[in-house]
Amino acid sequence: MSVDFDELSLVDLSRHFGRRKVLSHISFSCRAGEIVGLLGPNGAGKSTLLSIVSTLVSPSEGEVRYGGQTARTIGAGLRRRLGLLAHDLHLYPELTARENLTFFGGLYGLDNLPSRVDRAVALAGLTDRADDFVSAFSRGMRQRLALERVLLHEPRLLLLDEPFTGLDDASGRALIGRLRALKATGCIVLIATHDLDLAEDVLDRAVVLQAGKLVALQDGPGTLRERYRVRIHG
Amino acid sequence: MNASMSQFLRVAWIVVKKDLTVEVRSREILYTTLFFSVSCVLVFAIAFVRQGRPLSDAAAGILWVAVQFSGTLALGRTFERERHTETLRALMLAPADRPAIYLGKLLGIFALLSVAEVILLPAVTLLFRAPLLARPLPMILLLVSGTIGFCAVGTLFAAMLARARSRDVLLPVLLYPMTIPVMIGGVMGTVALTQPEPQEALAWFWINLLVFWDVVFITLSMWTFDPLMTE
Repeated sequence: MSVDFDELSLVDLSRHFGRRKVLSHISFSCRAGEIVGLLGPNGAGKSTLLSIVSTLVSPSEGEVRYGGQTARTIGAGLRRRLGLLAHDLHLYPELTARENLTFFGGLYGLDNLPSRVDRAVALAGLTDRADDFVSAFSRGMRQRLALERVLLHEPRLLLLDEPFTGLDDASGRALIGRLRALKATGCIVLIATHDLDLAEDVLDRAVVLQAGKLVALQDGPGTLRERYRVRIHG
Repeated sequence: MNASMSQFLRVAWIVVKKDLTVEVRSREILYTTLFFSVSCVLVFAIAFVRQGRPLSDAAAGILWVAVQFSGTLALGRTFERERHTETLRALMLAPADRPAIYLGKLLGIFALLSVAEVILLPAVTLLFRAPLLARPLPMILLLVSGTIGFCAVGTLFAAMLARARSRDVLLPVLLYPMTIPVMIGGVMGTVALTQPEPQEALAWFWINLLVFWDVVFITLSMWTFDPLMTE
């Protein structure tokens, strides 16, 4: 089933694990071509929120709407339009960069896979290392490869959990350029990050999670980091 | 074959190929499974073979206990590998049919256990002087159908427990009671084949019963894999 949507809405979303409430009544929405930052201290529930939006975790209450439909009504075809770059990079260290991309591309049933893989390897800056095992890569190289793995099937909704981890300055800038290009294609991007200085260049807006609740980030003067600190620490 | 079935089998094949490629390069599961199963048989041989004479019918039980123990080890390690890199979540994120992913994992584990059994079978034959290979066809079919049944349940439970904290304890606790029908069928069928007067008809009865359990376990596992893998 071919699926497309131009809006992501979280409606009164809650998630608890046993008696521990990780997310509490979260509501916000993002439109196509928008890059939204998901900020908050460690343990605020950012990764859980991304897992719910990616359909890996079911919400305890509320729902996620992808252009007016839920994951249940759309079915497995929804996953063809989602990409999640998690903190763990979802790469097999015993496979080469090319084999990793080919494996996941095969699972997504992509056509023209060899040329897509070549392009992805080039965009990751790993053309010379395409046939090296991922176990020999640095964290930054793995991060770049994992990002291209997530983008291989051209998702409509891209979920990034700490995408700047391990990236050097040039790679960080390259990622920002890549995100701007995705924004221009109408991709919805949700980024959970602590790297506010880098993220500020690319975010359209930011929402803040604190102890599982959504709190407002004031507009106004000051950098994103300064406004975030005021919000979190008072 | 229609398009969806061909897509289903293609996904299962991609997963099997990936698992076997990873294993050929690391050889971690194969070596540990082989070492463990041969050690297990050796320990039993020391206990149950006196003055070159084994206890009657001991070989059948020991063969299947070794398959069960080494299979548990292989299942645990296979999914530990996926858990360590969190690639199991990436598999669950793919738009592919989750039962096809389950089938791919099942076939990969079955292939690894089959290699271990190629060593295990002559080892038990030799150490217990059991005529396990006197009737090779029914013996191989017993091992194949029994191993598939064990792997069918084991793959489901190992995948389910991959993110659980006590997975190493919970896997055998859940798996062994559920696979009792498979173990009974395997042991009884092997006993029938290793009698001084082999009871081949009885062995075929147990093979048919094992195939029945395989169909039941695989069907139930494929049916429940998708909802069970959503946290």
